Amino acid sequence: MVRFLTRTRGHAAWDWTDWAAHLYLVLGVLVMFGPVLWLGMSSLKSESGIQAFPPTFLPYEQVSVDVEGRGKLKLYRVTAGEFAGRELGEVRRMGLQVQLVDPAAPATLIRVAVGDREPVMHLRAAWDNFTGLFSQFPFFRYLWNSVFITAVATVLTLLVNSMAAFALSKYRFAGRDPVFLLMLATLMIPPTIVLVPNYLIASQLGLTNSPWGVIWPAVATPTGVFLLRQYMLTLPDELIEAARMDNASEWRIYWRIVLPLSAPALAVLAIFSVMWRWNEFLWPMVVLSRSESFTLPLALNAFQGELTTQWNYLLAMTVVTLLPVTVIFAFLQKHITQGIASAGVK
Amino acid sequence: MGGLSLRNVTKSFGPTKVIHGVSFDIADGGFTVFVGPSGCGKSTLLRMICGLESVTTGDVAIDGVVVNDIPAARRGLAMVFQSYALYPHMTVYQNMAFGLENLGTSAAEIARRVGEAARMLKLEDYLQRKPTALSGGQRQRVAIGRAIVREPKIFLFDEPLSNLDAELRVGMRAELTALHRRLKTTMIYVTHDQVEAMTMADTIVVLRAGRVEQVGAPLDLYNNPANAFVAGFIGSPRMNLLPGTIASVAGGVVSVGLLGVGVFATEALAAGHEVGAEVTLGIRPEHITTTDDEGPGTLGGVIAGVEQLGGLSYVRLESPDMTVQIAGQTNLGFGAAARLRLPAAAIHVFDKSGAALARGDQA
Repeated sequence: MVRFLTRTRGHAAWDWTDWAAHLYLVLGVLVMFGPVLWLGMSSLKSESGIQAFPPTFLPYEQVSVDVEGRGKLKLYRVTAGEFAGRELGEVRRMGLQVQLVDPAAPATLIRVAVGDREPVMHLRAAWDNFTGLFSQFPFFRYLWNSVFITAVATVLTLLVNSMAAFALSKYRFAGRDPVFLLMLATLMIPPTIVLVPNYLIASQLGLTNSPWGVIWPAVATPTGVFLLRQYMLTLPDELIEAARMDNASEWRIYWRIVLPLSAPALAVLAIFSVMWRWNEFLWPMVVLSRSESFTLPLALNAFQGELTTQWNYLLAMTVVTLLPVTVIFAFLQKHITQGIASAGVK
Repeated sequence: MGGLSLRNVTKSFGPTKVIHGVSFDIADGGFTVFVGPSGCGKSTLLRMICGLESVTTGDVAIDGVVVNDIPAARRGLAMVFQSYALYPHMTVYQNMAFGLENLGTSAAEIARRVGEAARMLKLEDYLQRKPTALSGGQRQRVAIGRAIVREPKIFLFDEPLSNLDAELRVGMRAELTALHRRLKTTMIYVTHDQVEAMTMADTIVVLRAGRVEQVGAPLDLYNNPANAFVAGFIGSPRMNLLPGTIASVAGGVVSVGLLGVGVFATEALAAGHEVGAEVTLGIRPEHITTTDDEGPGTLGGVIAGVEQLGGLSYVRLESPDMTVQIAGQTNLGFGAAARLRLPAAAIHVFDKSGAALARGDQA
């Protein structure tokens, strides 16, 4: 790992080009990964921590102490005057002065100027942002909606697109190329243009407020067909002919030969499909109007109230929303580079 | 087991006609080789027999039943592809079992047949491997095994040895011949390599540009080629083909004059060809002998190259351009003059269209 990260351009010594390359890469990492890291950190901050100025990177929080007879008090360190250096709990603020109390001797009030004290901070991850998601909102409901739609739509997308791609790549029939071009041409139509007609169809079919209303329209994607077709074109025809000689039905050729050999392309499409369905916003917002059928992105949107936004929950939810896609990508990415198909045929 | 017959079979891809009315019969249990240069239609013909290509006109019959409209899978044939076409994601066992599974064969029967084929082909140790973990020769054997387990009526081989290195090819050739002897199943084998054809076949079908040039036993084709193409294609090194004219006809037998070289007596019958007609004189390199004689039937030339193979030598002559095979080693060198005799009995004569003139011993 270290060797990899400190690799140089051929020579043992660091050339200026190495410095430039590494600087560029580090900058890239910061630009790409910085906001995500900031999001992750902020999701662990308490509500006041998020709004603190100047903002901190790590989730700091002011220490509180339990003082007998006075309840929970926020702890301050006195910086000037005769009590300098002592850590006291704040009872109340009166104009430019604050009343503090020593947790050890709660009876005596100590007066200090506002500017002469600073809050005592400690590192504390506000996990209750996450637990609060589950207790205060029907978070599992949204999560389930999202997972259901993503999983079912991805499976159907892979199935439908690979069947179309199989036919378009391995069968010779009249009008094959025009059909393929027509499919690709639909890529040029922005989804916003067909939004209203699509909605009318969905509503006529009674698909509104149902996860199927989000799943069905997304199942056939020209991008997916294109991706899989191009990959299947590279599978040797002789394999399919061999299977045909082996008495395999067309369905078995598809299921037992073409599909397993297209695994790398299917993995790519699966990743795309998961990301598309998981992050999809516009279409679900149009089709799903009842809050119990919301997906996570819709719920995130609903969190931004007109008057107040509970940023700590919003950020926590954003993190939870990001996690599955990241995990899936990490698992499937090795498939992308795997060239299974070309191996068995010389 | 099955016999095969083709009747006026043609094939067109769009406006391009690639097979022009091919007819022949293949006997049950024989080893037939289709041979011809690249693009002669031999693979297309094979694919039409197995059903992967449709027949444009004419009939393909297996065991007397016309199978034009029967799909590939139901013709009871098995094919070994040039690229082997092994399923890369399946083990050797699964590769061999796939066809039987599709036929609904019981698991026990599949295991028995695959085991038997694996034993025959010495693949028992590799059954659980993927094709990628096998050598070229082993992959070849798996492809053959996949065909054997189906117990087909006819085996079809589409240039199966062309991906192997030279040494392995010779070994596999012998293995295939042995396999045929053991199974006694009809085999049809496509190759562009006339050596493979000569060494393996019972019957050779020579094809050129979608037409059958000659069908016959290997030595038949070698000794009595029907035309100049077969004469040039079968045999290595090639038969010497020299352009000339009929110099005289005596007793129905022609003598051929080669311009600036001499006149050579042959045993070919004139059969209507007249003096002065353009013909081609053909003679195999091994039939030419060196001589000191300057009489009729001999020619002189300058040596343009010598290849010494130890056991035999090839001497190449310039004007006339010809190759001579000399048994053993030779002390002839580059640039030397050589005197050669062309024995009348060994000379083939082809007319302007390429067809061979019948010889006296055949008539």
